[in-house]
Amino acid sequence: MSGAPCLLIEPGRVTATGDWTLAALVPVLPALRKALADAGDAERVWDVSNVERLDSAAAVLLWRIWGDRWPPDLLAGDLQRRTIERVAATRIPLSVRGVDGHGLIGRIGVPVLRLLDNAIGMIAVYGQFLLDAVYFVRHPREMPWRELSANIYKAGALALPVAALVGFLIGITISYLSALQLRSVGADLFIVNILGISIIRELGPVLVAVLVAGRSGSALTAQIGVMRVTEEIDALAAMGVSRSRRVIFPKILALTVAMPLLVLWASATALLGGMLSANLQLDISLVYFIENLQRAVPVSNLVIGVGKGIVFGFMVGWIACHFGLRVAPNTESLSAHTTRSVVTSITLVILMDAVFAILTRSIGVPQL
Amino acid sequence: MNHETADTVVSLDGIVSRAGERVIHENLELLVDRRQIVALVGDSGSGKTTLLRHMMGLTTPTAGRVSLFGRDLSELAPAARREHCRRLGVLFQGGALFSALSVFDNIAFPLRELRALDEDWIARLVMLKLAMVELEPEHGKLMPAQLSGGMVKRVALARALALEPELLLLDEPTAGLDPDRSRSFVRLVGQLQRELGLTVIMVTHDLDTLADLATHVAVLAGRRILTFGTMAEVMAQDHPFAEAFRGGGRRISARAGA
Repeated sequence: MSGAPCLLIEPGRVTATGDWTLAALVPVLPALRKALADAGDAERVWDVSNVERLDSAAAVLLWRIWGDRWPPDLLAGDLQRRTIERVAATRIPLSVRGVDGHGLIGRIGVPVLRLLDNAIGMIAVYGQFLLDAVYFVRHPREMPWRELSANIYKAGALALPVAALVGFLIGITISYLSALQLRSVGADLFIVNILGISIIRELGPVLVAVLVAGRSGSALTAQIGVMRVTEEIDALAAMGVSRSRRVIFPKILALTVAMPLLVLWASATALLGGMLSANLQLDISLVYFIENLQRAVPVSNLVIGVGKGIVFGFMVGWIACHFGLRVAPNTESLSAHTTRSVVTSITLVILMDAVFAILTRSIGVPQL
Repeated sequence: MNHETADTVVSLDGIVSRAGERVIHENLELLVDRRQIVALVGDSGSGKTTLLRHMMGLTTPTAGRVSLFGRDLSELAPAARREHCRRLGVLFQGGALFSALSVFDNIAFPLRELRALDEDWIARLVMLKLAMVELEPEHGKLMPAQLSGGMVKRVALARALALEPELLLLDEPTAGLDPDRSRSFVRLVGQLQRELGLTVIMVTHDLDTLADLATHVAVLAGRRILTFGTMAEVMAQDHPFAEAFRGGGRRISARAGA
């Protein structure tokens, strides 16, 4: 009963037959367009009364060929005429879609304003965290222990295998590369100092921070973001439950607690990897390595490493929660904020690490 | 039950659906003809939405045949199946608008995916669809998050109509709308159905929607279609649904009697 849309062009008359629907039009569109262009340039009688079905997509096609006006003679059924009338009645506003016409000033100003906005938001989250901490010190019974332990488990315990793997491999790599250099100058025994200081003081904390930012920071941002999208955060507020005490505080605190532990764990596995590699490459026995480690690496390095872990953990949680709270209820915003959260976390952690390096430059490094 | 004819749009034959151990449908049959407005009714959990998802091709029944426009969905190759599915428009319960796209882009999306129409053509069609669902062209700039519940439904309907479907599937079209909005939305769907010659299958709990819109009712109970027929026929029968309906929807009896 239905056929492909067809156009019969005679002098002074154009007859359309077949099924003029979007589905039928698409396959034959290029050929049909050419035929229509030929038909449209002269004044003719148009006969669409034999068309099986005429839908609005086809009506738009015809209307454009007619140059946005009725042809002088049109033969059409009632239903078809109504379809075309509806097309004729639509007006197209000039700008349908939003234009982002920022000039140079906008292109500089918008990011600066956004940076300021984020800074203010982060300070607010920080301040709220401190206020909540004071509150919980005064009312320890209201502390959300269950959320806290769940978050420590998710961010800490579940991250142990991957942290161990990454630490172990990095330990092996650094030990191997250092051994090559040290052997050439005959300073084999310094492998202990190099590994000890670099891993405990520097690599362990930064590595774990990057790992946790990617693993837990993104998860926190996405979780809080989706809670905003699905109005769960609003539901909390409606029940009179503070979102910052219930949702934000335990997450930030959990990362602050879990990160230094992870740092210790990752540093230990990295040293283990380095030890094994040194044993194989430089024939340094494990016992010698461990004995010398205590001499080569003052305890203050461990304190610095753990301290960095605490600070980095707090920062990752803080930034993740801040960006999670800014998610607007749409998918684009969710993905953008999760990305921003991870990138900002890692960048600020490395910046902070540089600050640490300057502040602690005279502590824990054995002077030769 | 009637036999399939050239006018049959949807044919379900011996459908069996299982979710784990639970049997949802057993030997379910249903034939829907062109231009019918069929309301699927039944208790919560009776598998109405599952049935609708079978028709959309989102899920495949454990056994049985789902045919749309006379072609068995399971026999079609994936590409042909996607092509085939363009002939139906779906209005999801929550609207399912793409939250990252504006209203305009949401409606334009399926048209752009055809990769055959130019932007001017698409813009005209989008404006036409917006007008069809009684929205203003200015609404095209809004993001889905800025719309009210009723507008979300309208935009979703406009998007469902974008590809000029012959079959429209509505999942709870009036859920979450206030009675006024719900009535005007029902009136809109009815009007579009008449003008475009659509076949409509809807899942609904709303008695008013049913009374105002449906020409046919399919009652889903006990894992199969308990009864299927025109509004008056179903009402005349003696079963719990009709009872419940006569109790709850006084307007039905008036209409069924007329």
